[in-house]
Amino acid sequence: MSGQGFRVKGAGDVDRAAPLKFTFDGRKYEGYRGDTLASALLANGVHLVGRSFKYHRPRGIMSAGSEEPNALIQLGDGHRSEPNIRATRIELRDGLVAESQNRWPSLKFDIGSVNNLLHRFLPSGFYYKTFMWPASWWMKYEHWIRRAAGLGKAPTGRDPDRYEKRHGHVDVLIAGGGPAGLAAALAAGRAGARVLLADEGSEFGGALLADRDQSIDGVPALDWVRGVVAELEAMPEVTLLRRATVTGYYDHNYITVLERVTDHLGDAPDHAPRQRLWKLRAKRMVLAAGAIERPLVFADNDRPGIMLSSAARAYVNRFGVAPGRRVLMFTNNDDAYRTALALKAQGVGVAGIVDVRAKVESELAQAVSDAGITVHAGHAIVATRGSLRVSSVDVMRLTADGATATGMARRIDCDAIAVSGGWTPSVHLFSQSAGKLRWSEEIAAFIPDISVQNELSAGACNGAFSLADCLEQGFTAGGAAAAANGFEAPVIDALAVEEPEIGDRLDLWVVPGRKPLGHAGKHFVDFQNDVTAADVHLAAREGYRSVEHLKRYTTTGMGTDQGKTSNINALAIMGEVLGANVPGVGHTTFRPPYTPSTIGAYAGRNIGDLFDPVRSTAMDAWHREAGAKFEHVGQWMRAWYYPKTGETMRQAVDREVLAARASVGILDATTLGKIDIQGPDAAEFLNRVYTNAWLKLAPGRARYGLMLKEDGMVMDDGVTVRLAEDHFHMTTTTGGAGGVLDWLEEWLQTEWPDLKVFCSSVTEQWAVASICGPKCRELLAELCTDIDLSNEAFPFMSIQTGTVAGIPARVFRISFTGELSFEINVPRRHGLTLWKALMAAGEKYDICPYGTEAMHVLRAEKGFIIVGQETDGTVTPGDLCMDWIVSKKKPDFIGKRALLRPDIVKVDRKRLVGLLTEDPNEVIPEGAQIVERLLPEPPMEMIGHVTSSYYSPNCGRSIAMALVKGGLERMGETLTIPLSGKTIKAVVTEARFFDLEGERADG
Amino acid sequence: MLLIDCPWCGPRDDAEFHYGGEAHILRPRDAAALSDEEFAEYLFMQQNPKGPHLERWSHAHGCRRWFNMLRNTATNEILEIYPMGEKPRSEAGKAAYEANWRRGSAAEANALSGESS
Repeated sequence: MSGQGFRVKGAGDVDRAAPLKFTFDGRKYEGYRGDTLASALLANGVHLVGRSFKYHRPRGIMSAGSEEPNALIQLGDGHRSEPNIRATRIELRDGLVAESQNRWPSLKFDIGSVNNLLHRFLPSGFYYKTFMWPASWWMKYEHWIRRAAGLGKAPTGRDPDRYEKRHGHVDVLIAGGGPAGLAAALAAGRAGARVLLADEGSEFGGALLADRDQSIDGVPALDWVRGVVAELEAMPEVTLLRRATVTGYYDHNYITVLERVTDHLGDAPDHAPRQRLWKLRAKRMVLAAGAIERPLVFADNDRPGIMLSSAARAYVNRFGVAPGRRVLMFTNNDDAYRTALALKAQGVGVAGIVDVRAKVESELAQAVSDAGITVHAGHAIVATRGSLRVSSVDVMRLTADGATATGMARRIDCDAIAVSGGWTPSVHLFSQSAGKLRWSEEIAAFIPDISVQNELSAGACNGAFSLADCLEQGFTAGGAAAAANGFEAPVIDALAVEEPEIGDRLDLWVVPGRKPLGHAGKHFVDFQNDVTAADVHLAAREGYRSVEHLKRYTTTGMGTDQGKTSNINALAIMGEVLGANVPGVGHTTFRPPYTPSTIGAYAGRNIGDLFDPVRSTAMDAWHREAGAKFEHVGQWMRAWYYPKTGETMRQAVDREVLAARASVGILDATTLGKIDIQGPDAAEFLNRVYTNAWLKLAPGRARYGLMLKEDGMVMDDGVTVRLAEDHFHMTTTTGGAGGVLDWLEEWLQTEWPDLKVFCSSVTEQWAVASICGPKCRELLAELCTDIDLSNEAFPFMSIQTGTVAGIPARVFRISFTGELSFEINVPRRHGLTLWKALMAAGEKYDICPYGTEAMHVLRAEKGFIIVGQETDGTVTPGDLCMDWIVSKKKPDFIGKRALLRPDIVKVDRKRLVGLLTEDPNEVIPEGAQIVERLLPEPPMEMIGHVTSSYYSPNCGRSIAMALVKGGLERMGETLTIPLSGKTIKAVVTEARFFDLEGERADG
Repeated sequence: MLLIDCPWCGPRDDAEFHYGGEAHILRPRDAAALSDEEFAEYLFMQQNPKGPHLERWSHAHGCRRWFNMLRNTATNEILEIYPMGEKPRSEAGKAAYEANWRRGSAAEANALSGESS
């Protein structure tokens, strides 16, 4: 089809030499470069673009901007498909694929529209009232509701696009590139300030892009805009961002700007991200966000073809598209007169102006009269007709107070209506900045009042609607913002501005219909959420007085458009019903983002491998080559177990556990936290942070320590060795390393600054191979000739320095398995060499590398705890039956006093015990709850939970540790562990299972 | 998204900092002498005012140094930054310090008891 029957010859700024093909709901259309999807659809005579949220009513394009409530589109296909995109913000490109939403089976015939006939049964709060009982049915209701009242569909696959973030600092950040924003940029830019100007549109100019009846400095306003943009682009310190929405205004002038880099391109270059999230710190912010026109609330004001007056002007002037062949204006102010003149000037049929004001005397009224356009003053539209597009309206005279329509209805045929109810400043960003708003009677809207942050509002978002005021406020704000940065504000003479004079407005918040409200047609307030004036009245009658309650009960303002066109109307209607004024009703909170933003932009590059840093040890390559399975421990990747061909995890772990006690096991223990502690007061410091005594530990000796929080709860543990009188090497849990260093620093800096101690993390500096088992001394002796490894010369819990495989090493004789064991610390760069040397020399001893899983089993066989597994921040040393490590003699240590608190000394606290299942092959799931009395179904009194549980090949059965209420008094008792589908019974024992005499540590 | 002026590194984004709770909570010297209630006041109770609040921060992802800050919790305005171990110098800071219920608490008296001796 040739199409574009509504394109106006010679009008608009679209590029007629660049036709573009696109499809909507599978049908092919054509538009031009410079079109939006909305303007291209209108050029083809397509007004019907969606079905409404609740009633499934046919809806058309209402606006030409980001405030659009109706024209929500599913854009693209496959994993790039994106729901709820406003057609007014989609720049047309060749091959664009768009679909309407919330309709089935088709847009023109939609089953869900039966809701429209059932509207008496779907009042506001309907879901809350109807689907309350029985509670268990909610899941069924919700499913039905979600299907019936849906928006678009989220893609199911991974987002194939790339997003980026950029951080920056600017002197002056300007939100909005209309006349005020451009003027501000000019003033600040000429002053020499570093300026960033962001506008959500594809071109700068704001409202001036749509108007042709203004001039600045003797030239058409749009020519002035182009001149200014050229001047700004030539300034090295000025950055201009198009398609960039200022989405959030946070504390201390932290601003986010979402730039859509390639969305408008058919073929995006590979090097460019799809979108870029700017995170900016602005010394001064200039808000020039403009204003949004609000619709009038009249009967059946939602039919396709009914749009905002300013939108009609934008379509004809900017895009060269006629909204209809007979366009009727409906207004309470002069704006629609400008639209009527603009349409007439482009040869579009004008059906007249219906004006609720009884008397209109202005230059514009005169111009309209001169143009031969009929004005129905003191009249209102009381009904509209047309199923998929408006076809005619009924107009009646209003009584003097505007409350009622009287007399004979006059029918006017039309295929589009341009509506204006006045303008609402976009105070979103100002309000996000925590600034306070005040109500302006003059414009019937909220405007900025009290600033909290370093920002200035200029132009329409500040309530100044005339072009002259916008420019003046922009120059002033830009100059002041530059001056606040220490630049000299330039002198800019006031520019000569010609613009139509705008007279008074008559607010008629609900336009009366032929019958009382709710009895003839629907007066829509919030188009996206299908909230009517009658709904607001109902909410008020039902006692909802707070504006926040009104919002949630009726859902007004809760759509993806956040009520940009509806909020003031809703508040004013609420005020009328409650007999209060709007400031008395108040307003809801404005929250970021200003418009819906792609989550991908917030994630940026921090996805996949870059989501979180991965730490690996010096021996990582060897583990991978050996086919190890890995597990995450904090950010570390640790070898979990090393399966041989055909082995299950259980078989591999059993083999590793047995080998560690039978021959030699070797573990990569590099990831343990290591902190180097030096200074004359180091021993005193450790004496305060650990529960046991440290002052008398001899150099060359090691000691196990337990660290508590000040509340007496275990926070970390580990072995610390004294290298010299004033030098210690502390080890921590793998996951706790960072937190422990922070903890030590906090105490040193804030509580004991008098202690002369320095702490440094050396976790990354050392690679550690831990060998254990009866043959490990023989193995080490082969590689280490300068240390006497005998029990006498090198006893348990001591350290020696020497060389291992020719590498300088610190060798610790400590053990986490209960076996004879050496932990060999070498500089990280030698870690792999050491490991390979040990493996080669260990071959004849049947050396077996074991992973973290076998390590867990080995330590559990010995009853050694793991902080974070046996503990969870509510466990004391006493709970772990580790009172032996808590000094009774020391005057103080962190957590000492808390251990005397009544709650801590209670006898029935949970204590760490062992559990042996009745069936020795049954391994209880970790985390399983333990009950005293088994009941047919929950709730049952829970007396504890399983903290560790494994199959122990050395014990030939399963073993488990558990925290059980009064556990020490329950030895020999059989406890019950109910699971889904079965119940396990287990006997309470001591939490040690193997080598109870501790005879193996010396080999 | 505060911009915090670290005394060592200058103004940095708050993502680099750790919050450390209320400032000027003195650790008792002889905690055994305190009743459980008095000790609990030291251990658990913190101020949560709407308005000026004296608090501790650490530049955790920078110089790792702790410092004190006076911040208005309602507006997030940072009114004063001063070294650890010192008291606020601004009038608002002094007022917030004096207004704190902790002044004169048994735990604080206990913490200060050794200073004169």
